[in-house]
Amino acid sequence: MSIAEPTVAMPVASEEANDRRDRLRQVFRSATFLTGLAVVLFWVFCAIFGSVIVPYDPYADDLMNALMPPSAEHWFGTDQLGRDVFSRVIVGARDILTIAPLATLISTVVGTALGLVMGYFRGFIDEGISRIVDALLALPTVIVALLALVALGPSSTTVVFVIGFTFAPIIARTVRASVLAERELDYVFAAQLRRENAFHIMFVEILPNVLPPIMVEATVRLGYAIFAVASLSFIGFGIQPPSPDWGLSISANYGLIGAGYWWTVLFDGSAIATLVVAVNLMADGIQGALDE
Amino acid sequence: MNRPAHIGAAPPPDALAIEGLQVDYRVRGRLRRVLRGLDLRIGRAASYGLVGESGCGKSTAAFAAVGYLPRNGIVSGGRVMVDGRDLMGLTPDELQKLRATSVSMVYQDPGRALNPAMKIGRQLAEAFEFSQVGRSEAHDRSIVMLKSVRIADPIKVMQRYPHQLSGGMQQRICIAMALANNPALLILDEPTTGLDVTVEAEVLDLIQQLRADFQTSILFISHNLAVVAKVCDRVGVLYGGTLVEEGSTRELFDNPRHPYTVGLLRCLPARGRRKSDGPLETIRGSLPSPGAVISGCVFADRCGLSDAACRESPPPAFDLGRGHLSRCFHHDQRVPRETPRTPEATIGSGRSNAHPVLAIENLSKTFNPKGHPLPVLRQIELALAPGETLGLVGESGSGKTTFARLVLGLLEPDGGSKIMLDGKPLATRLAERTIDDVKALQIIFQNPDSALNRAHTVRRIIGRAIQRLSVTPAAAILAKLQELMEAVRVAERYLSARPRQLSGGMKQRVAIARAFAGDPRIVVCDEPTSALDVSVQAAILNLLVDLQTRRQVSYIFISHDLGVVRYLSDRIAVLYLGRLMEIGPADQVFTGPHHPYTEALLSAIPAIDNREIERIRLSGEVPSAVNPPSGCVFHTRCPRKIGAICEQREPPLSNIDARHAIRCHIPAADLARLQTGIAATIGRSAPSN
Amino acid sequence: MIGFLLKRAGLSLVTLWLLSVLVFAGAQLLPGNIGRAMLGPFADERAVEVLNHEMGTDRPVLVQYADWISRFAVGDMGNSYAYRAPVAPFLLTGLLNSAKLALVAFLLVVPLGILGGIVAALNLGRPIDRVLTIVGLSATIVPEFVSGIVLILIFGVWLQWLPISATWPVGSGFATQVYHLLLPSIPLVLILFGYIARMTRAGMVEALDSDYTRTAILKGLPRRTVIWRHVLRNALLPTISVVATQTAYLIGGLVIIETLFHYQGIGGLIFTAASKKDFPMLQAGVLTVGAIFTLASLSADLLYGLLNPRIRVGGRE
Repeated sequence: MSIAEPTVAMPVASEEANDRRDRLRQVFRSATFLTGLAVVLFWVFCAIFGSVIVPYDPYADDLMNALMPPSAEHWFGTDQLGRDVFSRVIVGARDILTIAPLATLISTVVGTALGLVMGYFRGFIDEGISRIVDALLALPTVIVALLALVALGPSSTTVVFVIGFTFAPIIARTVRASVLAERELDYVFAAQLRRENAFHIMFVEILPNVLPPIMVEATVRLGYAIFAVASLSFIGFGIQPPSPDWGLSISANYGLIGAGYWWTVLFDGSAIATLVVAVNLMADGIQGALDE
Repeated sequence: MNRPAHIGAAPPPDALAIEGLQVDYRVRGRLRRVLRGLDLRIGRAASYGLVGESGCGKSTAAFAAVGYLPRNGIVSGGRVMVDGRDLMGLTPDELQKLRATSVSMVYQDPGRALNPAMKIGRQLAEAFEFSQVGRSEAHDRSIVMLKSVRIADPIKVMQRYPHQLSGGMQQRICIAMALANNPALLILDEPTTGLDVTVEAEVLDLIQQLRADFQTSILFISHNLAVVAKVCDRVGVLYGGTLVEEGSTRELFDNPRHPYTVGLLRCLPARGRRKSDGPLETIRGSLPSPGAVISGCVFADRCGLSDAACRESPPPAFDLGRGHLSRCFHHDQRVPRETPRTPEATIGSGRSNAHPVLAIENLSKTFNPKGHPLPVLRQIELALAPGETLGLVGESGSGKTTFARLVLGLLEPDGGSKIMLDGKPLATRLAERTIDDVKALQIIFQNPDSALNRAHTVRRIIGRAIQRLSVTPAAAILAKLQELMEAVRVAERYLSARPRQLSGGMKQRVAIARAFAGDPRIVVCDEPTSALDVSVQAAILNLLVDLQTRRQVSYIFISHDLGVVRYLSDRIAVLYLGRLMEIGPADQVFTGPHHPYTEALLSAIPAIDNREIERIRLSGEVPSAVNPPSGCVFHTRCPRKIGAICEQREPPLSNIDARHAIRCHIPAADLARLQTGIAATIGRSAPSN
Repeated sequence: MIGFLLKRAGLSLVTLWLLSVLVFAGAQLLPGNIGRAMLGPFADERAVEVLNHEMGTDRPVLVQYADWISRFAVGDMGNSYAYRAPVAPFLLTGLLNSAKLALVAFLLVVPLGILGGIVAALNLGRPIDRVLTIVGLSATIVPEFVSGIVLILIFGVWLQWLPISATWPVGSGFATQVYHLLLPSIPLVLILFGYIARMTRAGMVEALDSDYTRTAILKGLPRRTVIWRHVLRNALLPTISVVATQTAYLIGGLVIIETLFHYQGIGGLIFTAASKKDFPMLQAGVLTVGAIFTLASLSADLLYGLLNPRIRVGGRE
């Protein structure tokens, strides 16, 4: 008598079935991610509703009350032109939180496309573009941006595109590495054996599998985009006055700190610091979930 | 009890004694039980084989025996005694000392087990550090160890880095390091998996020899029953973290008394079994996932003999005498070890007199990395009839993967190569082939994880193939999907699943469905079952045979597992260093007369019915393809080399029979005479029980 | 090994050349009309033409490029528009100053970063690992000018332990120079610490999880020996490359710091040139920074090749 019948193998009731849901839950449970998210959401709120909720008009001069230290009327004190620092800090979120995400979006889209092409085709295309990418990456971002902005004239729009295209190679590099690895997997050969064209293989077959590292990289890039915009504004090649942008405010007022007017720069600096650190914490949280 | 009169020391403790060992892993906050009360005893100078499929816990048992569980591994019960010492009760220092002196481990992938930045000599000398010998003495002892593992030029090897040595040599060095301090217990965890068959045979021979020389106890862990049968006195079968059967090797394999053991043995294509003898036995269901909660017998879900009692409580170990244990309530039901053969003549034998569906002439491929020509394939010539299976056999460097890619058009061959599909020339580049040609030639890959796009659902994977490779109108695609799913025996509800939700066997079935989406004429099977467990392998092989019979499709079946090749193939081609050494009907290639390389390959396969056959040992390793030997490429290792002619002139591929050709200078009649002794033992089918 | 060397050097040259093209394109072509860019939108058209002719920017682009690059290669970097003097001496002084600042930062951050990474990896998952990771993450992303200002406030204004200006009095000794350079170097240390620590930690984790480490442990070697001899050797290999390339960043990324602390390094020069639209100075400065970076990458690759037996010794016989 037969002791084991040959039939269809049944699948292992996989715990991995809830994998995606599990991972999302993990991300949201991570303390670092949540802290980061909270701070970022706070600043987003300020960026959107700032002008409505602040006590004073951030642009209104009041020379009589210039350089007043923090007090009950002016929580963060006033700057050289008597403007309320608190209001300026809150509204200052707006420009940077418009420019940096846009720049990041451009760099992610362009960088991903570039990385896919380089990683999939390899050969001449990869070598050629890689050399150009290497050349671009041989310069610190700020300097490349500076060069471009000097040539084109600084404005918010220019900054978006300059940073977008300066960061694109960095993302391209990460994407390319992931694509090179994916490309060796058999399902790519299977696709070629179906006579799929290159576009299909890159964007329909490979891209979904390299999305996770792209997401992490994009979040990190967002942090660096904020970093870059703030730094460029500080040296005068970023956001232009009279915006209450933090970098710009610091640039205008830091000469005064020797004389003791610390509130004109410290609060703006803290705003920048909290925002970038928060974004990085979010990136860390996402990466932690993906690593599992 | 009679005590020996002389006052001597107590008898030395068992090399390894595991009692009721329970190990859990903490995964994402939950505890998963991997070992459920394991009992194991290995005496001095004894060798014990632990067999099981993936997830059974054999590696966990190995690591528990050296006290090296990963961070999330917890011993929740029982104890492990190595050389009489309880591992739990040792301080870290004592554990370190134990590892240096009493127990050693060798595992899979020797290339990664060696430090890439350190010279071999240095790494080997480290093993002697504990004994605090001086540098020169450590050096001398290292040389002695290297000689004992049969490394030809030890002084030179000491100066090398691991990446400069072959896999076989690396493993021998790992063994040398492990035996350096003459430990009481040597644990080997899949030490030959991944090595070529001939290299594996050498390493196994070495292990047996060393065991005799050093009197070390051995714990040999493997999924390969035949390898274990060769090396071990006793065998234990592990399933779902439980030892379901244990006994002496001969007893266990000749007279298995647990349904799982029987099932495993019957899954394997026994010596000489062909597909025309009927489908292979399979074990229904699938392996329990590691850490699953099981009440009752671990095997009950898949067992044809199970009843209510089996599911209620786990069966105890029944002592069947002579050290034979079985954990089955139904152990006294005797079942034949091998499924009776039911020869069916209609099983895909192919009509060999019809026009060949694939004809290959003068196929060569030379790679050119950095300007040095690397000939990977040279002048391959063969033909494939409709509905026929051609088995392609060869070790690393043989070029069989390159061959597959050339046929499929993924690589471009050298000029002068000709591939004909149904009598018409086939464009050598995939991009230039017609869609009909592309449909006709498909592939099943070795690794189902890599072969399926993990971001896509099954529906999309197969559906897309249907779209691209067949002329099915959109409305009929679903019907075709269902038809294919049924043909590969996967339930329709898995259409919306993603590959990570499927087991290995299921993934491979989906891959097969995809390959058949366009009704191919030829399917290249590139090691399709090598990455699967034995119990799953049989089902996939049966499926392939079934599909072949129904659809008259031809297979080019590439595998290193000669038993499987013999089961499935009508004809067999043997490749060595890119040259076709032999091609002919499967039976003739196996029974002989055959090429000396084929002879050596066949004698290298370990077999479960471990008859003593004259082993042909090939010396050295496959030479590098960059500098292939002159004349016959096999002459550097050929045990039947006749003389200078083998070094000077390459033998032509000459027919020794209507459909059987061999590339050798030795005339067929002489070969037949020389090989009779071996042929008689290898080729003869196993007697049925 | 030699082949590897030559190939790398060759690639670096190509990169350098491409860089020069990019810099030139960026500086000369983007603005379109250099003369107009310099004189502003309201200047007289004739004045613009005269200026363009004077500067040679009305010649064909390729000619301009060939002229510029051939002179640059022999050390003639043209004349600064702003100072009406050769660029080269300014650049050299600037380079030297930046190098000093970079050295101070380097000597502080490399040991700290590597140590931090090692400690984090050896205590994987435990609180100190998390703390080090988060500190590293946070420090690395805060812009230099922000941390710089906070530091100036604390150490320069309130505590008055360190001088605010990085420029030391002429003729100062070694100790005074370092004293002045400490404060500006700290933002750099903060930024690089996280990066180096993270790379080191990743390398350590990979080495700790590897099969060869397992072999070493199971051989019965004491933990210290395993870490020192097996883990570190393999873990630090990639870190060394990273550190080498980061040193280049140290030199080039100083634009912000040097501006904030009024320091006449090459970053400050670049900034001034940018503000004054002094294109020859700007181009020369940027290309120099790029060249230093490329050279540092090349050295890093060479160092890696020397230390990695797979590359140094070659493959199977």
